[in-house]
Amino acid sequence: MKKELIRLVDCTMAFDGEIVLNAINLTIHDKEFLTLLGPSGCGKTTTLRIIGGFETPTAGSVLFDGVRINDVPPHKRRVNTVFQKYALFPHLNVFENVAFGLRVPQTLKGDDGRKRRVKVSEGEIEERVQAALELVGLKGYHRRRVHQLSGGQQQRVAIARAIVKRPQVLLLDEPLGALDLKLRKEMQHELKEIQQQVGITFVYVTHDQEEALTMSDTVVVMNHGNIQQIGTPVDIYNEPTNAFVADFIGESNIIQGVMHRDYDVTFAGRRFLCVDTGFDPEQPVDVVIRPEDVRITAPEDGQLRGTVNSVTFKGVFYETFVNVGDLEWMVHSTAAPTVGDEVGLCLTPEDIHVMDRPDLFPKGAEALTIEDVDPEPEFEDKYADEEAEETET
Amino acid sequence: MKRSRVPGRILQILVAVFLYAPILVLIVFSFNSDRSRVNFKGFTLDWYRKLFENDQVLSALSLTLILAFLSALIATVIGTVSAIGFYNMKKRPRKLLLGLNNIPVVNPDIITGVSLMLVFVLCVNFLNTLGAGFSLGFGTLLIAHVTFNIPFVILSVLPKLRQLNKNTYEAALDLGASPIRAYRKVILPEILPGVVSGAIIAFTMSIDDFLISYFTTGPSAQTLPMRIYAMTRKRISPEINALSTLMFVTVLALLIIINILQTRDQKRKERRL
Repeated sequence: MKKELIRLVDCTMAFDGEIVLNAINLTIHDKEFLTLLGPSGCGKTTTLRIIGGFETPTAGSVLFDGVRINDVPPHKRRVNTVFQKYALFPHLNVFENVAFGLRVPQTLKGDDGRKRRVKVSEGEIEERVQAALELVGLKGYHRRRVHQLSGGQQQRVAIARAIVKRPQVLLLDEPLGALDLKLRKEMQHELKEIQQQVGITFVYVTHDQEEALTMSDTVVVMNHGNIQQIGTPVDIYNEPTNAFVADFIGESNIIQGVMHRDYDVTFAGRRFLCVDTGFDPEQPVDVVIRPEDVRITAPEDGQLRGTVNSVTFKGVFYETFVNVGDLEWMVHSTAAPTVGDEVGLCLTPEDIHVMDRPDLFPKGAEALTIEDVDPEPEFEDKYADEEAEETET
Repeated sequence: MKRSRVPGRILQILVAVFLYAPILVLIVFSFNSDRSRVNFKGFTLDWYRKLFENDQVLSALSLTLILAFLSALIATVIGTVSAIGFYNMKKRPRKLLLGLNNIPVVNPDIITGVSLMLVFVLCVNFLNTLGAGFSLGFGTLLIAHVTFNIPFVILSVLPKLRQLNKNTYEAALDLGASPIRAYRKVILPEILPGVVSGAIIAFTMSIDDFLISYFTTGPSAQTLPMRIYAMTRKRISPEINALSTLMFVTVLALLIIINILQTRDQKRKERRL
């Protein structure tokens, strides 16, 4: 097992009495690419800000290399952050943006135990900034003004600015959120490469499940301030621990059912053989079935019978909705059935995932904080337009 | 149906005449070689020359400039720091304090002046019972000017802070800068246009002020507007025209500088988008 680097112990965060993080426990290992994944308001950004030092947890501890760092201010932590909207310094050019962190004098303890303020030499700054810019593919851009760059380039500057400090951990808060799809895919790839090249821990926040699955070593799925599941992308996809995770990671049919005893479950009005064990007798459960695991057959061959409601071409597959009784099943298949046809649906025991029905909304965790937004009404512009119209008529 | 433009034009012209005609008359007659305020006899710079030979005027001028400079400087420092404080407050106390901040701006000068005077007299009396020899003068004048200038600086700096990306400050901390360094190296350069225009507004407000100065100063310190007022009470000399023209031109120049700063800033922002 790799070395443990950061540990959150029972971290709770409340803003004005509203709990946004509910006593979470999380261990981050050295050189790991860990992704915090969840819908907005799930507490993932708060978790990142706690690690970065921008929020102090209401309760619980943050340990870095085994040392409690709850009260260490951000500028004294050995982590660097790539912010959602880049937060570059507009009055500085690309070089000075990246050099910013290096120009800060550092207080070091000398051999004699006395504290000294040390500055990085200009030569070293030049060298390190250029190397960082090269790493993010911005060689030759050092003299540009920040506002002359595209979104993707600004993002690269933000990454270079953070990694030039050689942090042990890089925190990334939805860094690709503002980019278009194609650029996002490219950057996902590049980020992963950069992480492997510099060999440091990445803690990545996103609400994009595909991004999380592609890039991470470990995915942490969060909802309502609670961690739902921690695991490798493969684990999370194949073995979701509850219906929320199953639904959030990829698409799923989630059906309520009853587990009679081991290997025996009833849902959609029929008894099925399954591979799950260890539930209470007659326990109500969630049954999760991936749309690609459902086979469409002739009506008489299926375990369930239904009518095709809609068929959508999705590129690699067709997405079909089949009405069975009052349930609607989502099926992904390479062949396209005809809308209105009666079809059969077939499931194998391995494809039926039976899960505890969790209390997804524990008391107190429901409340979400809404960012304190200052709405800026566009009265002035509107008014100017009206005036212009009036003088024209 | 096409509406006539004529009434609109007439209104525009009338507004312009009422606004600028008095100033124009003032400027023109400051060059009048005759003492008359009705007939223009010929061009002269005599009144300006006389003005610069008038010691009382010159000392009032230098006092006004020193006062404006010092009060603008102090108000800019306090106002900028306060604006940063307001910006970091929670919404409710911020709204409350901003409301309080706006009161001196809309409060009639005479009330500000009288109330400041009452406070100063009270304080001076109290200090003098302790044996100090204070009186109203430059000190109280400076305090008064700083007081009424601070809100203008805050109102000028706060919008600049609001335009900042909230993460900019955090990014500086994140890169190892101490909070003070982060403000100095990142926040200050970003809000500088607001700070500068705040300082210039404060400077002009200070030069401009008559009422508050009138109530808060003593016989030892007389500002230029007060000097002009005193001169008009004896008899209206064309010197006053010259002096007023100079003040008008100074204030106008400062206003133009503020405008240029603001448009430049606006353009920079548009480029950024």
